[in-house]
Amino acid sequence: MKVTIVDYNSGNISSVINSFKEVAKNKVNIEVTSDLGKIKLSDKLVLPGQGSFKSCVDALNKIGGLSETLNEFAINNKKPLLGICVGLQMFADVGYEETETKGLGWIPGKVSKINNQKGKYKLPHIGWNQINIVKDSKIFKNIENNSHMYFVHSYEFIPNDKNVISATTDYSSHIVCSVEKENIFGTQFHPEKSDKIGLKIIDNFINL
Amino acid sequence: MLKNRIIPCLDVKNGRVVKGINFVDLKDAGDPVEQAKIYSDGGADEICFLDITASNENRDTIYDVVERTSKKCFVPLTVGGGVRSIDDINKLLNCGADKVSINTAAVENPKVVLDSSKKFGSQCIVVAIDAKKKGDKWEVFTHGGRNNSGIDALEYAKKMEDSGAGELLVTSMDRDGTQIGYDVDLMNKIASKVNIPLIASGGVGNLDHLVDGIKLGNASAVLAASIFHYGKHSVREAKEYLDSKGIPVRI
Repeated sequence: MKVTIVDYNSGNISSVINSFKEVAKNKVNIEVTSDLGKIKLSDKLVLPGQGSFKSCVDALNKIGGLSETLNEFAINNKKPLLGICVGLQMFADVGYEETETKGLGWIPGKVSKINNQKGKYKLPHIGWNQINIVKDSKIFKNIENNSHMYFVHSYEFIPNDKNVISATTDYSSHIVCSVEKENIFGTQFHPEKSDKIGLKIIDNFINL
Repeated sequence: MLKNRIIPCLDVKNGRVVKGINFVDLKDAGDPVEQAKIYSDGGADEICFLDITASNENRDTIYDVVERTSKKCFVPLTVGGGVRSIDDINKLLNCGADKVSINTAAVENPKVVLDSSKKFGSQCIVVAIDAKKKGDKWEVFTHGGRNNSGIDALEYAKKMEDSGAGELLVTSMDRDGTQIGYDVDLMNKIASKVNIPLIASGGVGNLDHLVDGIKLGNASAVLAASIFHYGKHSVREAKEYLDSKGIPVRI
């Protein structure tokens, strides 16, 4: 089994790498690469993402053939992929951070700024918030409802089809914080920074 | 519901933990990695390392500390002290820091905040403000509290928000090391002025001070060093106490 963390210069991914290596121990091979050949040969992919929607999409597009390879992996071959934070947001058709930017379009919907209700809610939404699990998701195996996860973001993914939503969190509104669409998984929160419970989610993904 | 955070801070010098009284008279007290692990196992919502003498001395030791900590602690790790350039930030993030706090460099060259938040994202840029009261205002100090910039802390806080800071770590120089409580007036004034989260720092001597920082100071997170470090209270005790006072915490 080979799990690859896609390294496309999307900001700081060392915590993602550390957490996957911690969970995998020496049983599962964790690769960190942008090499298209290695990505194709992987069993599972992790798509991290930090910074703005635009900066991540730009970074992804800078690597020739990467978005096509990801598309082939997740859409054509239907192999498991986990998007984290902006990695999840990029599943959308379009994002509005900085400027209107086209996403991967895997899950129809948009990424918009969280409504701070005229300053009532501070942004970014930073810290530990509880997740409301609204649908059984394979990555939530043995995860209790209302578990705390670590968040840091100012934008939210609003999918058109609400059936893809597996968990929400309350901050200004019911923010979508986890999705599952067939083989595609995503978390708005950071499992790699969410202590033991976050590592359990990573473990669930690795053991899918 | 979003929870208020408790952040134990470890002052680090030459790769070892210390905690000074008003930034001088340091006592050596242990390995930062082991200490951080105790905190994260005990329920700390984040860990903060402050490389206190970093501006003056060889600071490569902090990279090793950060790297080792990030392999053992799976909660957010913020590192500050002596962070001056995009290159410094890049190195710390690559070693496994999740956020970097910028103090003196942000005062001297606010463009660092602008550039780094663009490059790495606001989520990892914390601006640390050391403020000291003067009359009915507060002034921003730099270089570990040694130099007075004369800049008004409230205006500066707003400017840092506009420059792309994701959070503000506000330390009252008057209270730091005194254990008489946060300057909640300062915290509240800055928290009302900006729309980004504020971390209160400087002066915690007991658990009621943490409550005050959140209730009176309107801080999103409270940072403390010595009450945790010298074993006066565990992080868990602090959380249970806050919970008993009706403050939402992750337990």
